[in-house]
Amino acid sequence: MAATVHDPVEADDDVLHHSATGLSNEKIAMWAFLASDCLLFGALISTYILYRGRSVVGPYPHGVYDIPYTSVSSFVLLMSSLTMVLALSAIQRNDQRRLRIWLLTTALLGTVFIGGQVYEFTSFVRMGLKIHTNLFGSSFFVLTGFHGTHVFIGVLMLMSLFSLSLKGKLPQEKAQTVELVGLYWHFVDVIWILIFTLVYLIPS
Amino acid sequence: MTDTATSHEVEPHTHDERAHPSDAQYVAVALVLGAITAVEVGVYYITAIPKHLLTTMLIVMSAVKFSAVVLWFMHLRFDSRLFRRLFVTGLVLAFAVFLIFLSSLHFYSPSRH
Repeated sequence: MAATVHDPVEADDDVLHHSATGLSNEKIAMWAFLASDCLLFGALISTYILYRGRSVVGPYPHGVYDIPYTSVSSFVLLMSSLTMVLALSAIQRNDQRRLRIWLLTTALLGTVFIGGQVYEFTSFVRMGLKIHTNLFGSSFFVLTGFHGTHVFIGVLMLMSLFSLSLKGKLPQEKAQTVELVGLYWHFVDVIWILIFTLVYLIPS
Repeated sequence: MTDTATSHEVEPHTHDERAHPSDAQYVAVALVLGAITAVEVGVYYITAIPKHLLTTMLIVMSAVKFSAVVLWFMHLRFDSRLFRRLFVTGLVLAFAVFLIFLSSLHFYSPSRH
């Protein structure tokens, strides 16, 4: 019996915190945060849509968008959602090796997406479209810039998880931490699904 | 024995939670998402499709992709209904923001003055 007695402080760290609903407080908080983030992106996407076609000077969307290029970026981010969910699946099986592989792959795909966005922004500026050029430039750069910032923060969180895993500080019991970061990452992906269609594909 | 049980406490599941999908199912969902993206880009280049039909098709495909990621990858299909309600509330409020902005532009558009 002596072997099963644990330090109460240490044991408390292992036990997840649950609300009266029987659900994890951290998970409820993450979903509440994502719901509030819906409002942020809802406002930004609404602004873009409602200002569409109201710019009085160019460049205009059809003159600067490179749909094949953005399609590849979208596919990259979409596949990063798959690798993220595979990372969660790996830690739930206590497969640390695959957890690290999928976390790193997700972070790399996110970095590729950000790199693509930086290139796109640079090429738009070269074509004369800046944030203060017209309504299109303002609404486009603010919307996609905020999204890109979210992706960047997501990459930082993924690299933190990868680092924790390397140090052996991400055991199976902490699978919920990966799940929470995963929820954030998938949210960033679903927002891009909307942006890709509403901003890039739907004709003005 | 009670101290052993405490040390191995895991997240309790509510009645409306179900088991998560397998890796193969995740890959299948991702393939469907990739295929829909390819179709989206494909129809974008078909100039014969009327603008309104193209817009409708693109929004439907986007909604299917959005739902697939939220329901499968974010596990809303399998987790507690409380999470679903929280997220749907956020989406409804975001859509309300859009409608309010739309109405304000409609009423205060320069063309109306």
